[in-house]
Formats: sequence, structure tokens, C-alpha cells
Amino acid sequence: MSLETMTIFSPQLAARLDALVAKYPVKRSALIPMLLYAQDEIGYLSDTVIAEVAERIGISELDVRNVATYYSMLRFKPAGKYNVQVCTNISCMLRGAYDVYERFQEELGVGHKGVTPDGFFSLEEVECIGACCWAPAIQVNYDFHDELTPGHVPGILAQYRSKADNEGKVPHA
Amino acid sequence: MPRLVSHPDEVKIVTRRFGQGAANIDKYIELGGYESAKKCLAQGPEWIISEMKASNLRGRGGAGFPTGLKWSFVPKQSAKPKYVLVNGDESEPGTCKDHLIFLHDPHAIIEGTMIAGLAIGAKIGFIYLRGEYRYLIEIMEKAVADAYAKGILGKNIFGSDTEFQIITQSGAGAYEVGEESALMESLEGKRGVPRIKPPFPAVVGLYGGPTVINNAETIATVPHVIEMGGAAYAAVGSERNGGTRLFGLSGHVERPGVYELPMGYNLKKMIYEVGGGVRGGRKLKAVVPGGSSTPVLLPEEIENLGMDFDQVGKAGSMLGSGGVVVIDDRTCIVEFALRTISFYQHESCGWCIPCREGTDWLKKSLTRFHAGFGVEKDIDNIQYLAENMMGRTFCPLGDAAAMPTLGFVKKFRKEFEDHLNGKPCPFAKHVELAVV
Repeated sequence: MSLETMTIFSPQLAARLDALVAKYPVKRSALIPMLLYAQDEIGYLSDTVIAEVAERIGISELDVRNVATYYSMLRFKPAGKYNVQVCTNISCMLRGAYDVYERFQEELGVGHKGVTPDGFFSLEEVECIGACCWAPAIQVNYDFHDELTPGHVPGILAQYRSKADNEGKVPHA
Repeated sequence: MPRLVSHPDEVKIVTRRFGQGAANIDKYIELGGYESAKKCLAQGPEWIISEMKASNLRGRGGAGFPTGLKWSFVPKQSAKPKYVLVNGDESEPGTCKDHLIFLHDPHAIIEGTMIAGLAIGAKIGFIYLRGEYRYLIEIMEKAVADAYAKGILGKNIFGSDTEFQIITQSGAGAYEVGEESALMESLEGKRGVPRIKPPFPAVVGLYGGPTVINNAETIATVPHVIEMGGAAYAAVGSERNGGTRLFGLSGHVERPGVYELPMGYNLKKMIYEVGGGVRGGRKLKAVVPGGSSTPVLLPEEIENLGMDFDQVGKAGSMLGSGGVVVIDDRTCIVEFALRTISFYQHESCGWCIPCREGTDWLKKSLTRFHAGFGVEKDIDNIQYLAENMMGRTFCPLGDAAAMPTLGFVKKFRKEFEDHLNGKPCPFAKHVELAVV
């Protein structure tokens, strides 16, 4: 039973992960990026993701879980298709991050780590994302949006809704 | 996109290629890039280290350790391979300077890494970026691939018989991994908990081999030091503090941004002239001078304060990561202290008990206090807790949480007292419910 036939990942990701284990002097160094890339595709670290990653690295599933639980970006249940992460740390807080965060809560009808019923958006209050001089800032998945006011919130959400519209797979809010 | 700013007082050394498309390798070369690495390859390790020592370049991550000296600690002979490690896990609140370096000048990071490698005799360098910086990791990966394609990296760098490889790495969300030994653990595919020292990384580091680990800004500065010459670079800064620093002005300042200013630049001038003063013409209440872990300074303390490691240290704080957070007179310091400690409580890895328990109790105490349910004794208790975390942990995260807390309580005791006995917070609108 080879990984090629058993993989749960897309061929592109499987190839990327194959390359990843060959990249380091020690195979295990591939673990954390591998988990992140797998999560990007599957949405979260499901039991099957953990199992395949463990096999690819050659360590136990328990060992993978032990490491994965340490890192705040890794998650064990699905987030929304677009995960809105609002930084409320000091530099952002001083420039109105909580007002931005509240507006997201109102617009989406969910709180911290909440997912909208259609599974389209999730919301998270996060720690410093390294955009302090362009505060307040957020990330939607990996995209940065900075120098925000609450007034920007509906536009940002609309932008991701229409992005999915164009990809032709939208659950409408 | 992060906005670039400029001011006439800036001395653009590290930022001189920003906004010029230098992420493109041909542009980088056209602007003088990779000449320093070539020069270092010709001159050899001793020359490199002596230039670095002469430059008075000190670690930009926050500790301010002299870079040349750090490199000189790596043993010449080693049974295990040696490594260079670039710390781009930028996550100290108030700090976003490396963000701009990765975005605008990724090849400077590569070139600096190569030079560090040549200095210590390493064949592999790792560039570790925080996971949130995915778009910057992609920029770095492209830059590394381009450097391989041009023969700048690989088995025979610049056609010589010297080898140098670079591997980029993504984190996955952990402030603690910015600590050098925790970063090595993370790079080895483990939980990012710190290692006990000694042995120091220069002797036993990544995969057990001698390792030099430097902050991304430090590494990006290296090619410029070589280009200018160590002494000329040193002359730009202040005594024992060579060159410039990327200061990140944030918070209640009129013109926030990352400014490259000479070491020793006056803090008051930085806020009022470079940053355009406090936003909306408000009064300055306090300044956090070097990222959230550095003790707060009062307006009267910044009058004649030069921003270098020694002067800020003498003033009872730290230069840290150079993230200057400006706080106006409408800010509740108790809320600010609570938000600061909430961060450290969230990020404590739990390895050392004083940090794990201390940050948690501080957060609980401050939460209750800010909600108006504090008692007089709490103020002393907060101070007692913080004092008992200091110096009692493997890594500096415990200190990083305790130091600013002590600063807030000592310098703003009156404001803490104003919150006592059920009185509502005089400033904040976001009062959290006390659940403890």
C-alpha cells in the first residue's frame, strides 16, 4: 500500500509534500509546514490528515498530535472557507481594533472562533500579526487588510463573497 | 499593502532598496546586490568577523548582543555540520520591520545568510518565517529559487568550490518560537519549548551542530556592513551601537510607519518630528519603547533619551525590537496592561511554572481589577507575582511578561487605585466581565 495510491491529498499537494520531506537534513523538520499545507487544502487537521502526515514523516500519530496542538494556526475542526482573523493586540487596539472586531461580529453574527451557518466565514480574535504600523489590521486566510475602520468591514466581506461567486461555488449569506 | 513612509532624518541603509522592485534578482544585482557576498568569499572568515566586530552591529531581535562576537563563538572545527539560522518569526507586539524587509528586499536576507555562513564555515542556512507571513514566505522562496538558478546558491557559489544552501521554513503560529532555542526545536519538527542553556547554540544548536542564529533585520544589515566597511557603519550610530535601526512607530501617532534612523536618535524627536506627534494633537501619556515586553516610559523620561541599547537600558527600559508604541492621554493603562499580559498568557508555552502560572494569575488579577472588582491588596499582589517570575524561567518570555507589568504598576499606581472598589474604568469602553 503506497502513499501514491492512498493519499487523501490532491496530486499537486502530494507532490509538494513528497518534495518537502526530501528538503531537510532531518525528515521530521518537514512536520510543521506539512501540517499547515495539508490544513490549507483539507480545511483542518482531520484524523485522516494526521494519519497520513504521521506516515509520511515516519512518526506516530500521537507524536504528530502532540506537536500540532502547540501551534495556534493549526486546528482540529473546520473553520469557514474564509477565516477572518482580527488582531486586537496593543498597536491595533490603540487604533480601534475592537470596533473593527465588533463590526465583524455584527455582520457575521458569530463570535470568537465562530463559523457562519453556511460555513463560508469564520471569525477569530488573534494576537499580533506583524502589521502594527498599519493598524488596525486583519488577515482573511493569508491576505492582509490594513488601516481599517469598521466602515471597511462590509466591503471586505463582499469582496470574498464575490470572489467565491466568480469561482462558481457560493453558498449565499 | 504595508505603506512605506519616509522622513528627511532617515539614514537609508537597510531600507535603501525598499520600493525599488529589489525582490527581483536582476534589480537587486543592478542595485549592487551580492557584491558583498563575493567580497566575503574572497576575503575569508577572519576578515568578515573583524569587519562585523568593527561595525558594532548588535542583535536586532531585542537582546542587542554584538553580532561579530556571536559569530566568533562558533568553533572552527566541528564534527557536526554548522548552521546559520535566520529568525523571521517576528511576533513581538509593536514590531513589523522584518515584514517590510521580506517584502522589499528578500535577497538582502539571502546575502546576509550567505555571509554569516562564510564567516562560521556553515554550508546550510535556514530562513524561518512565522506562518502568518505566507505571502512573504512565497516571496522568499522565489528569491531563493532565483539565487539557485543564477548559481549564487548551490554547490559552487559564484563558480567557486564553496557550497551554500538555503532552506526556507514556515512556522505555524507561536510567539515563543521567536526564542532562539525554541525556534530550533520547532525547526526540528517539535513543540517550540526552550532548551536549557548552556550549552549555547554556538556550540550545540540545530540538530546538535554549532549554530548562529540572528534576527532577520540583523542578517539583512550584514551585506551593507560589508559594503560600507565595519568602521563606516559604526560611525553612523552612537557609542557601542553601530549603524541604524528600523524603528516601528505605532499606536497613537500621527504618521505611523517603519523609519530607519541612526542608533541613538532622540525618542521625543522620533515621536514628534518623525511621527508627526500624537494623533489629533492629544497629549502623550506613555511610550512603550521597544515592543510590548519593554517597560513603559513616561513623557518626562523621553526628553533626552537616545534610542540605543545602552541609553534605553539606563533609563530603566529596553530598546528591544525597536517597536515604539505611542499611547495618548485617553488610554486606560490598566486596560493596556491587561491586553499586554493577555498576550503573554496566551503565548506562554507552559514549560516553566513561574511563567505558565504567573502570566495566568496576572491576567486573572488584571481582568478582575479592570472590571472594577479589585481590592487594594491586588496592586501589591500583581507586583509580587511579576517580581517572582523575573529570572526564574528557561527563556525570557516570563521576564517579557513581568517587566512591562512592573512598569505599569509602578509608574501608574494612581490609575490602578482609581479602578478600586467597584469604580468603573474611567477610560475604556471595552470592559470585560470578571470571571475569576
